[in-house]
Formats: sequence, C-alpha cells, structure tokens
Amino acid sequence: MTITEKPQQQYKVIGTRPIRHDGLEKVTGRAVYGADVKFPGLLWGAVLRSPHAHARIKKLDVSKAAKMPGVFAVMTGADLVDLESKLVDMGEEIDNLAYTTKKLMADDKVVYKGHPVAAVAAVDLNTAQEALKLIAVAYEPLPVVLTVEEAMAPGAPLVLDDLVGEHLTGEARNTNIAKHTRYEFGDTAKGFARAAVTVERTFKLTMVHQGYIEPQNATAQWNQDGKLTVWTSTQGAFNVRDAVASILKMPESNIRVIPLEIGGGFGGKIPIYLEPVAAVLARKAGRPVKLVMDRKSVFEATGPTPGGTIRVKVGADSAGNITAAEADLRYEAGAYPGSPVGAGAQCIFAPYRLPNSRIDAYDVVVNKPKTAAYRAPGATQAAFAMESVVDEVAERLGIDPLEFRLRNASREGDRRADGPIFPRIGNVQVLQAAKRSAQWNAPLGAPSAPHKKRGRGVANGFWFNGGMKSSCNLAVNKDGTVAMVEGSVDIGGTRASIAMQAAEVLGIPAEDVHPTVGDTDTVGQTDVTGGSRTTFATGYAAYLAATNVVKQMMGRAAKLWEIDESGIEFKDGTFFSKSDPELRLTFKQVAEKLDETGGPLSATGTVNMRGAGGAFSTQIADVEVDTETGKVDVLRWTVVQDVGKAIHPAYVEGQMQGGAAQGIGWALNEEYFWDDKGNMHNSSFLDYRMPTALDLPKIETVLVEVPNPNHPYGVRGVGEAPIVAPVAAIANALRDALGTRFTETPMKPSRVLAAIKGGTLDGAATAASSNGASRRGRR
Amino acid sequence: MHPFQYLAPTTVKEVVSTLSRYGDRARCLAGGTDVLVQLRGGRFEIDALVDVKGVPELMELRLGADGLHLGAAVPCYRVYESPRVAKAYPGIVDSASIIGGIQIQSRASIGGNLCNASPSADSICSLIVHDAVARIAGPRGNREVEVAGFCVGPGKNVLRKGEFLVSIFVPKPAARFGAAYKRFIPRNEMDIAVAGAGASVTLNAKGKIVAARIALAAVGPTPIVASRAAASLLDREPTPEAFARAGDIAALETHPIDDMRGTADYRVELSRVLTRRTLAVAAERAKGAK
Ligand SMILES: Cc1cc2nc3c(=O)[nH]c(=O)nc-3n(C[C@H](O)[C@H](O)[C@H](O)COP(=O)(O)OP(=O)(O)OC[C@H]3O[C@@H](n4cnc5c(N)ncnc54)[C@H](O)[C@@H]3O)c2cc1C
Repeated sequence: MTITEKPQQQYKVIGTRPIRHDGLEKVTGRAVYGADVKFPGLLWGAVLRSPHAHARIKKLDVSKAAKMPGVFAVMTGADLVDLESKLVDMGEEIDNLAYTTKKLMADDKVVYKGHPVAAVAAVDLNTAQEALKLIAVAYEPLPVVLTVEEAMAPGAPLVLDDLVGEHLTGEARNTNIAKHTRYEFGDTAKGFARAAVTVERTFKLTMVHQGYIEPQNATAQWNQDGKLTVWTSTQGAFNVRDAVASILKMPESNIRVIPLEIGGGFGGKIPIYLEPVAAVLARKAGRPVKLVMDRKSVFEATGPTPGGTIRVKVGADSAGNITAAEADLRYEAGAYPGSPVGAGAQCIFAPYRLPNSRIDAYDVVVNKPKTAAYRAPGATQAAFAMESVVDEVAERLGIDPLEFRLRNASREGDRRADGPIFPRIGNVQVLQAAKRSAQWNAPLGAPSAPHKKRGRGVANGFWFNGGMKSSCNLAVNKDGTVAMVEGSVDIGGTRASIAMQAAEVLGIPAEDVHPTVGDTDTVGQTDVTGGSRTTFATGYAAYLAATNVVKQMMGRAAKLWEIDESGIEFKDGTFFSKSDPELRLTFKQVAEKLDETGGPLSATGTVNMRGAGGAFSTQIADVEVDTETGKVDVLRWTVVQDVGKAIHPAYVEGQMQGGAAQGIGWALNEEYFWDDKGNMHNSSFLDYRMPTALDLPKIETVLVEVPNPNHPYGVRGVGEAPIVAPVAAIANALRDALGTRFTETPMKPSRVLAAIKGGTLDGAATAASSNGASRRGRR
Repeated sequence: MHPFQYLAPTTVKEVVSTLSRYGDRARCLAGGTDVLVQLRGGRFEIDALVDVKGVPELMELRLGADGLHLGAAVPCYRVYESPRVAKAYPGIVDSASIIGGIQIQSRASIGGNLCNASPSADSICSLIVHDAVARIAGPRGNREVEVAGFCVGPGKNVLRKGEFLVSIFVPKPAARFGAAYKRFIPRNEMDIAVAGAGASVTLNAKGKIVAARIALAAVGPTPIVASRAAASLLDREPTPEAFARAGDIAALETHPIDDMRGTADYRVELSRVLTRRTLAVAAERAKGAK
C-alpha cells in the first residue's frame, strides 16, 4: 500500500515497476561476480590467520613456504609500509589508515582471531593452502578483553598499546576507550523531577554479521608500466582505489578498480580486506593473483556490527509527555577504533521531541574483528533500548504505545537531541499510518495450541540517510535510446532506480535507458553505495545529466526547424514549437537526426549532495511463543515507512522487507557465539542462524510518501531505516505475550524459555520479570 | 587441502581390501554431505576417498517379508518416496524427510548419517526405536551390530580397520506399532537438532502399551536409549499423563553438554517436551496401524 501525502505531479516512469535492467543476466547466471574472474597465468592466494584473539608474534618464518614448488610469492605485514595516522572517509565509516594497514596484516601483534599474519600466492588454491602450513609462527598469547565492561575496567589489558583515546577530558593513553562523546541539552535532573513515571533499564547486545552470501574477493594485476588493476566485490570502487593508493603509496590514477556484481554488502563491503594483499602478492609474483575468502574468514575477520551495553532512562509526566531522557551507549569497536556508536547516539532519541536530554557514547576496542557498517549502523542497537523503555513508560501510564509515540513525536523544526534541527520529516505521518494499518486494527487471534501465547509489539526507528558525491554519464544513441554509465555499484536494483529518473526527464521508457556501472577509469568520482544514498544522489546526478541532454536536444531541434531555441518546449518526450503546432518531434526523432545536427550528444551529471532527508520506519510484530520450548514464530509483520517518493515501488518494498527480515534474525537467533578466549564457535551459515524463508511471514508494507524537498522527485533513502525497529518490535511483542521484558539479544528459544520459567536456564537471568502493570486491553 | 585419491570400487570385497590398505587414511563416501564438508573444513586429512555408491548392495532398497533392507548409501528421498516404506516405518521416514533440504536429501544417506555418528544425527534415534541392525562387512567376514550400540562417541562408531557398513536391516514391525521422530531447531529449516527424540509404541488389542522404545538425540556423546522412560509405559494406557511421566524420566536419562547450539539445562528441558510430544504421535500412529 502506498500513501502519498499530497497529490503530486503525474509521472510516466517514476512509480512504475519495470523489470530491472540487470535482471536477465542475473537470473541466467551470466552476471560476473568476483569469483568468476579468470586470466591466463592467474595465481591463487591464501591468507594465514591468527588462531589467537590476542597474542604477540615472537617469530614468523616464511622461508619453507617460499621454497615450496608452485609457490610464487609470500608476504607478511613487513611488506606493507607503516602509515601515518590519517583518517579517510569510507562513506558510512571513517577509517584510520594506520590501523587499516595493521588490520590487513598484523605487525608484531595479533588483536583478533582470524587476523591475517601472512599470505601466499601459488599455482592453485590447494598449493597455496598447503604452503600456509609451512609457515612457522610462534605466538605468545596475551589476555583477551571481549566485552565493553572488561575493556573499560581499571587495569584492563590493552588491545592497542599506542591508542590515544579522545575523552571528554582530552587525550588519554593506556585506555581501551577510543572515544567518549556527550550530547547534552536542557537539564535532565529537572526533567526527571517532573516525571510521573521513570523507567531505566540496561540492555546488552551481541555482535551480529550482515550475512551477505558472496564472500569478499579481489584479483590484482600489474602492468609493466606500474599500473594496477583490481577487480573486486565492493560497495565503492573509488573508495577502494583511494585506500589502496594510500596503502601502497602510489598515485590513485595509477590504479583502476573494476567493481563486479555484488552478492550482498549491507555496509560490510565498504572496508577493504583483500585488495592490497592481492596487489602486493601480484607485484611480487609478477602474475595476477586472486583471493577469495571462505565463510569462516568472512565471519571471523570481516566487519560485523557491534555488540555492547546501552542504558536508557526515560521520564514522562502523567499526561504522557516525555520530560527527560538519558542514554549511555557503549559499543564494541572490535580491535580498532571506529564503532558506529556515534550514529547510535545521534539516532537513539530522534523519533522524540525532548525538552531535556543527555547522551554519552563510548567507542571501545576489544579483541574481536573490527566492526563495519551494517544497515543503519548503530541505530538498531539504540532503538532496541529506547523503544523498549518507551513501551514500558507508555504501558505504566496506560497509554496506547502508538498514541504515546505520536504525542511525543519529533516534527519539522524540532531539535534532534544531538543538535541538528529536523527538516521536513514524515515521523508523524508514519505513526498515523501505522495506527490505520490493517495489522494494527486486526485481532491478534487465539493461540494455535494451548501451550502457545501470542503478543503484538510496535517500535519506531530513524536513520539519517546520506548524500555525498555521485557521477553519471549519458550518451544518446541514434535509435533514441540512451546509454548510461553511473558510478554506483548496483545493490538492490539501483541501476533501475537511477535509469528511471533519467527516463522520466527524457520522456522515454525506462527500458530505453541502458545503465552500466562504471569503473574508476570510466566515470567521475562516486562514493559508496551505502547510507541509503544511491537513488537519492546518483539519481540526482542522472537527473542533471538528463536535463542537460534535453537542453542540447532542444538545440538540435532548433537547428532542424531553423528557429530559436527559446521558441521550443519539451513535454512528455516531445519537442514542439510554441508558435507552430506543425513543428513536433519526439525524443527519438530528434535522436535520429543527430548526425545532421552536429554529431554525438552526451552529458554528464555530478553532485555532492547534502540534505538527504531522514526516514522513519515503524513496524508492527505479531508473534506466537511456544511456552514449552521458547521458540518464537513471527505470525504477521508490517513495515510502515516514510520513503519520500518511491521511484520503483517494488524495490522500495524489497528494501523494507529485507531490512525487517534481517532485523527479525538479529532479534531472534543471530549472534557471534564466543568462548572466553575470543574464539567464535558458530562461523558457518549452519550455526549462525539467519532466518530462512520458512521463518518469515509475508512482510506487509505501507509506503508513506512525504517528499524530500531537496530532491526533484522527493526521494529519501529507504534501505537502512527498516532494520532499526525490528529488534525492539519483537521485544515489545514478547512483553505483550509473556509479560516479560527482554533486555538482551538474541531472544533465542533457550533465553525465552528461561524467562518463562523464571529461572536461569541460559546461564544468566537476562529478562527482568513483569512489573505487574496491567496489560493493554487491545484485541 | 591435502591431495587424495578418489576410488570407486564395485564389490564389497574390493571396498574391504581398499579400506584395509589405507586404514585411517581413507574414508568412505556415500552422499558426501558430511564427509566432503568435513574434508574441506580441514577436520582431517586423508589419502583416499572410497566412493561406495558403485557397490550394488549399498544402493539396494528392498521391503522383504522379514523387514526392510536399506543399502547403506541409499539417499533419503528414496526412503520417503516409497509408499510402502513410509507406511511401515514412519519414524525412519520422519527422519529422512527432515535431514537437510531437498538438495541434501537427494544425496544424503541414512547409512552415512549413522556412520558419521553425530550425537545430533536425525536418523539414528528412529533406527533405534525401530530396532534396526547394522550389517557390517570386514576383513574377517560379516557381522551384525544393533544400531543402539553402533555409536561409541561423538563421530565414533564400532567399525574396525577395514570394516564398513553394507546395509541396515529393520525388522517388520508388529501389529499396532507406531513410531515417530521430532527434533527441536530454533529455525524451521536448515538447522541441526538442539535435541531430538524418537519413540515407538506397540499396543495390544485392548489398547494398552505392550512395548515401547525411546531414543534421544543431541543430549549425550551418542544417541541415548532412554530405557527407564520406555519401561514406565509398559502396561499403561497411552495417555498424556503417561507420556508426560515418560518425558520426565527421559529428561533424567540425558547427559547433555553446553555448546553454541544450546545449554545442557535447555537440552534436558527439550528432551522432556520432545519425548512427550513424540510419544503422542507414535501412539496415534499405532492406533491407526493394523
Ligand atoms: C546443508 C546440510 C544440512 C544437513 N542437515 C542435516 C539434518 O537436518 N540432520 C542430520 O542428521 N544431518 C544433516 N546434515 C548432515 C548429513 O547430511 C547427514 O548426516 C547425512 O545423512 C550423511 O549422509 P551422506 O550419505 O551424505 O554421508 P557421507 O558424508 O558420505 O558420509 C558420512 C560419514 O560416514 C562415513 N560413511 C559413509 N558411508 C559409509 C559406509 N557405508 N561404511 C562406513 N562408513 C561410511 C563417511 O566416511 C563419513 O565419515 C546436513 C548436512 C548439510 C550439508
């Protein structure tokens, strides 16, 4: 269902559902992914990884491996130059180059299990893997820190000896706290003093992975002139190029990065892991080298999203107005600084207008893989805490949870707790649409068996969305079609959503724009496909290029008709004279005459966008719990979201459903299962339990179109906001079903059963019991 | 991966001589859905992989007057797609139809599931409650071992050097016999049992239980035969109360561990629930059986 705020302009292409341009290649298996790259003379690389989460390397001897027949090159951390501290913007995250180099390959210390220690290139994968066994490493294991509590305890072992923490008091050494930020507004003590109800709870989350199907890969080849080509699966070819250039200390123009089709990223394919390693091996071997990760390495050594601890306190007066809110967020950055705790802190209170607020955010290093972006990085964790507490406040006040959220909803002109003033947002519209949704108004129904219980939960979530740099080239073909080269790697159908915006301007069918994803030598600088920015920013670049094409075509029509350009108008794909109704030519007809009117016609659009327009996603969960096993089944689910303008509604719905699906997995079963030495025990898709199709209902969607004034079609990002609310929505549904408030993820069957039995089956009593407040009388 | 030979003998004798020659540097290959995954995961190193699917006895599925002769390499789908087998051996069919998904079931064998000897294997408990027998060939001839005694530890079985599993024999069930298998997994598909329970009951003409077998998966180093729980049912009516009691006793017969798939306490709890639920299905089936 789509709810459009105001009747808008009628579009021909936008809002329709054409078949995606890359669909045929994908369903026939022709699309080329990183693992498909093959050349004559290609060598296979393999990476030796640390079996310890924290250890000093006492000895590293690669000589035997280097001598093994079939081995062409061996590298260690010594082959990567030590870089100065330098922050590079990778799109949704900032990386420090000094640490990036160490993350790629350890120097004298390994700081997480799976940390690369050495790599070889050999004639085939088997030989490369056998050669790894010949590398002798002597480790001196060091004590590990695995949680924010351990890492922040006085006297905790240091993950990074040289870390300089940015604390409120200034720079700090000998610390695992990389950064402490505070946002303060008003006077929370006064606010809480006015509250009739105050709820304070502490939440714990475990690390989870994006779970993309395609593992990281990279192939590198050098030319004799010192030019390097890299084929890789990435969310941003230009970011890879710039990072590799810094790490290898070479000019970025000497590197061409060719992004291949991507088998999922969700933020996890923004950082680099293999590209510089492949490049160094290829340079040493004098042959192209390809590296593909196995699943275990993907789990152990690429960036998941952090676990951590969040405390939230909310007070409200008896009328149901929030008087003050406080949050303290502590996120595991992994072994190097840079968790998304900042984003978590900025999002946590965004759905609410707050007179008094205080937020503390700690970025904490621990002996786990360095975290990376994952769909609305940091916001899901924050919403789990805030939306659970808000639900409880509403419950204690006896106010309907949606009504309570509406009463306190942030609107245009309100100040977000971390400072910015909200531009036009759709928070209220989304909450109202949720109240009117089919699911919210349907009865929950009786449980399917006597030992089962049902519950309904709701939660709201916010994500900023991004702008940034994008480029797009258009060239008009003489048959009236248009070739498009754009710089954004296609995730989730962005070729289509970008091409459709050009087609709308040009007045031609979407199918007549032929999009190609460019590489770093064929299109202008384009930032990552991330931050839900691609349809917004690269779409805008396409819009600008197309507008330029129309202007040039008008000139061509003017030439044909021998009249002045100012006498021509363009509407619905047709050029016509303002004065002479006889003079009409379609886009195609003008294209056919290109050669006669001056030859080839092309245009470029480039943008550096701001004003992405945040998005809110409210979700409703109906669950049924087997009270004998603790298993939770999701019966029904609705995502209500402010999407700005849905360019291709099917792909917008797909993003909303996908985000909800991943959030449901996060809520119910997904977790990094650690032992006390920092080993992950479930590094396979068998035991890292993401939901399957059988674990999800059909996810209903309500698209609320509150246009973004900063985009010609009103586009807002849609890809990330839908993962924010689900964990909290499930927790709130479980509270409704069982009377128990869960404060720890995942809400897996053993934990749910333990809560039902009121005992400690799962080691720790994690779910606080019901406070006895009366249950809501809905249904 | 260490390089190895792929060998495909066609007679029982050849398999025995090949396995005798390589000892623990060789492994049998049936469907390969365990052994290939383990090899690639670096669990062990071998010099030879011995494909047993070319040996006719291992691919045989025959329902004789005496019972079911199930070749050790027959894939799961052949078991559940046979209507006669499905009718007579409902517990085994429950298992065959939940091992992996359709792709896995078209390769994976019950024999492989048994030889792999995982405590969480989904078919072993069913074989046990159906009183199945493993038929083994080796350098010193053939021998038979009850499936209940086939596994000796996680991933360990009674097979000695040069021996391999030729087939599984499942005797013809008595009249008014019913069996079932249920497992608990946190998702609805593609998961390994956190706990499982197989049960069979035989009723007399008056509807009383005259024989019962209960076996539990993933709650000990091997599948566990819950004989005290089964004994508690003898001479009783198949009532929810009797099954609940059997479940309580079965829970006491487990020796689970904590791991990533579940805690020991949780597994005990699941054994209780699954035993009760499985018995109820087995009894319903027994009432329906002639
Ligand atoms: C995706 C996936 C899902 C799965 N889901 C389940 C599940 O739900 N439940 C479950 O129980 N299992 C599951 N498994 C594990 C596996 O599929 C089963 O254990 C299967 O029954 C093994 O049979 P196979 O024929 O493939 O055995 P193989 O892998 O060929 O062999 C298994 C072991 O037995 C040995 N072996 C095989 N045949 C003989 C013989 N005749 N004599 C002596 N030794 C022999 C092999 O050497 C090996 O050690 C799953 C596996 C995968 C990959």
